[in-house]
Amino acid sequence: MKLPIFIVFAGIAFSGIVYAQNDAPQNSCVSCHEMMGAPYDSLVHAQQADIHGKNGITCTDCHGGNSTSMDYEVAMSPAAGFRGKPKPKDIPELCGKCHANPDYMKQYDPGLRVDQLTEYHTSQHGQLLKKGDTKVAQCVSCHGAHGIYPANVPLSSVYPVNVPETCGKCHADEKYMADYNIPTDQYAQYKTSVHGRDLLEKKDLGAPACNDCHGNHGATPPGLTSIARVCGTCHVNNQKLFQKSVHKKIFDMMDMPECITCHGNHGIQVPSDSMIGTTEKSICMECHGQGDAGYIVAQTMSNAIDSLKQIYHHSEDLIQQASEKDMDVSDLKFELRDVRQNLIQTRTMIHSFDTTQVLDIQQKGMKVGTDLVASAKDLISEYYFRRKGLVVFTLVITILAVLLYIKIRQLD
Amino acid sequence: MSPGRPDKSNTGVMEWLNDRYPIKAWQDFAKKKKVPLVHGTIWYYFGGVTLFLFIIQVLTGILLLFYYRTGSDQAYESVKFLMTKVHFGWLIRSIHSWSANLMVLSAFIHMFSVFFTRAYRKPRELTWITGMILLLLALAFGFSGYLLPWNQLAFFATKVGTDIVGVVPGIGDFMLTLLRGGHEVTGATLSRFFGFHIALFPGIFTLILVVHLALIQIQGMSHPMGMEGKEAEMKTMPFFPNFVMRDLLLWLIVLNVLAILAVYFPWELGQKADPFASAPAGIRPEWYFMFMFQSLKFLPAHILGFEGEILGIMTFGIAGLLWMFVPFFDRSSLRGVKSRKITYIGILIVMFIIAMTILGYILS
Repeated sequence: MKLPIFIVFAGIAFSGIVYAQNDAPQNSCVSCHEMMGAPYDSLVHAQQADIHGKNGITCTDCHGGNSTSMDYEVAMSPAAGFRGKPKPKDIPELCGKCHANPDYMKQYDPGLRVDQLTEYHTSQHGQLLKKGDTKVAQCVSCHGAHGIYPANVPLSSVYPVNVPETCGKCHADEKYMADYNIPTDQYAQYKTSVHGRDLLEKKDLGAPACNDCHGNHGATPPGLTSIARVCGTCHVNNQKLFQKSVHKKIFDMMDMPECITCHGNHGIQVPSDSMIGTTEKSICMECHGQGDAGYIVAQTMSNAIDSLKQIYHHSEDLIQQASEKDMDVSDLKFELRDVRQNLIQTRTMIHSFDTTQVLDIQQKGMKVGTDLVASAKDLISEYYFRRKGLVVFTLVITILAVLLYIKIRQLD
Repeated sequence: MSPGRPDKSNTGVMEWLNDRYPIKAWQDFAKKKKVPLVHGTIWYYFGGVTLFLFIIQVLTGILLLFYYRTGSDQAYESVKFLMTKVHFGWLIRSIHSWSANLMVLSAFIHMFSVFFTRAYRKPRELTWITGMILLLLALAFGFSGYLLPWNQLAFFATKVGTDIVGVVPGIGDFMLTLLRGGHEVTGATLSRFFGFHIALFPGIFTLILVVHLALIQIQGMSHPMGMEGKEAEMKTMPFFPNFVMRDLLLWLIVLNVLAILAVYFPWELGQKADPFASAPAGIRPEWYFMFMFQSLKFLPAHILGFEGEILGIMTFGIAGLLWMFVPFFDRSSLRGVKSRKITYIGILIVMFIIAMTILGYILS
């Protein structure tokens, strides 16, 4: 035994004698690890502050042993059930001992899920662990061992904003992932995506993290047919329209993934109107070409959106002009929101790839937009009418005043 | 009237009227009535301007009534409809609001001009008192009318204003309930304020205005101090038509000013009142209440064991009463002497009102 370790253990033994002469300590693990200093003390401190520590779960519940004895040989003896640091392959079952036990978990929170272990066994991680691959993620890899917090606490490694980094610890590490033959740029792509920017920069917890699409305990790559369901969890209308569209069958036949064929996956950006249509930037043109039916549909939908956008911006400009002239535009601004809503609905309706449905929604917006343009122009005309009217009125009053003044002079 | 020409006043309609009413006597009265032509004659016109603005208030108020609907669920919408859908509705409302403010301003100028020229002295004490009552009623008109569009600013300003009434010792709670129609500003308050604004106040105002104008006609215009008994030396002009023509000229100018204000600064409606919303920033009363509002804000919580706000309200109340009865305190004016003390008090009050109003706007 090396000298420093010997000194530490000798110190522990000595302190044990001193403690034994007084009242027995409640947790010898804590006492000894604190005395050992960094990095051992931080483990117990983290555990004491976390969800387990706060709920009275002690070191021995996971590591075994006898925490009432200050004799480390007794406390850490196999006879006392001491198992030391659990091996990765044993961790799911160890955590599941409590977390998969409904009766046990009810005492802490009757609403807590207890199917994590079952789900884990179905996951890619669980499957590989079963085959003996101890590099794959198990409970501790994501949640940590000491310092575990519920997922809704920002300190937690599985708090939504922290999830991409937690997954990226392994999945963005080229060396670590070398054996698995899967890409490692997902995290880098995700950080630049609309979802990533919303979650990581704006802290918008409504934006999806890795687990929202891949699952967490049952994490697995989404299959070809389930992608629309994954995206449809949030983008419900788009999913419904796509499922009924002509593209659904064709994509299935050609083994093309549904949403991601056009939108991408980890690096998904805010869709732009240039994605549809017949220009070079259009995604439609990757499959369709001039002369085919898809080309005409793409052109019709693109034109519909462009004209609705045009009338929206035109009416918005006119309303702004009227507002700057101090005219009451509150009603017009309210109706302008209807045009915007129609524009959003038209963009959504694109997923039906049915020009009749797209034009039906678009025409409603066009009508409101056309009326708005007319109303805003009326307000601007009214503004000039008021000023011209004032000029005429002032002229009449001035003439009357001059005549009256002349009369007063005559009277005086 | 030159001989040989027919007396037009005794023909047609006038003859018909003369046979039945003492028109000739009124004409003679108007012709004989003289207005002193002195250095401060300009101040004589502000009474007429105030009257003109009141007439505009009545006329535009009647037009607004064609569309206004009371009740917390309809008031705002009806005013919005009036301003956006009714032809010239925006103009009528803007003229009504602007003329209300100009009327209060003109009434203040009229009051202070009468004060500094001591025109309130014997025998015109009652003219002064009726004038003071008219000014208070004009302020009450303003306060009650402010709430009627039921917008956010008016709602909270009324809440603050009636809260102040509520702290008056003894009758505060009763007054608060009477004004609000309950403990809070609600639709019941709006109904009451509407009743006060279009029925109660106009009725009382018209009665007192008639008395005020009758007293002026009976006693004539006040002469400058020290001119009593020297009427023959004093330059004058006939009330009719010379003074009336000048009045008309000023009225035309005021009408044009009103039109310019209404077109360039249309009275805004703002957001509908929401009793559950938090009070918007910068809540303040109309400008003519600002000096009192700001003074009360400056007062410490407690003064000599009394609550500061109550003491402030009591002080304003007593000061108002003293001001109303100043003709009976100002003995020197009876002797034809202008008391310097009274002049200084007047100047101090004017400076106080101006300073507190400016501070009120700067600090809010």
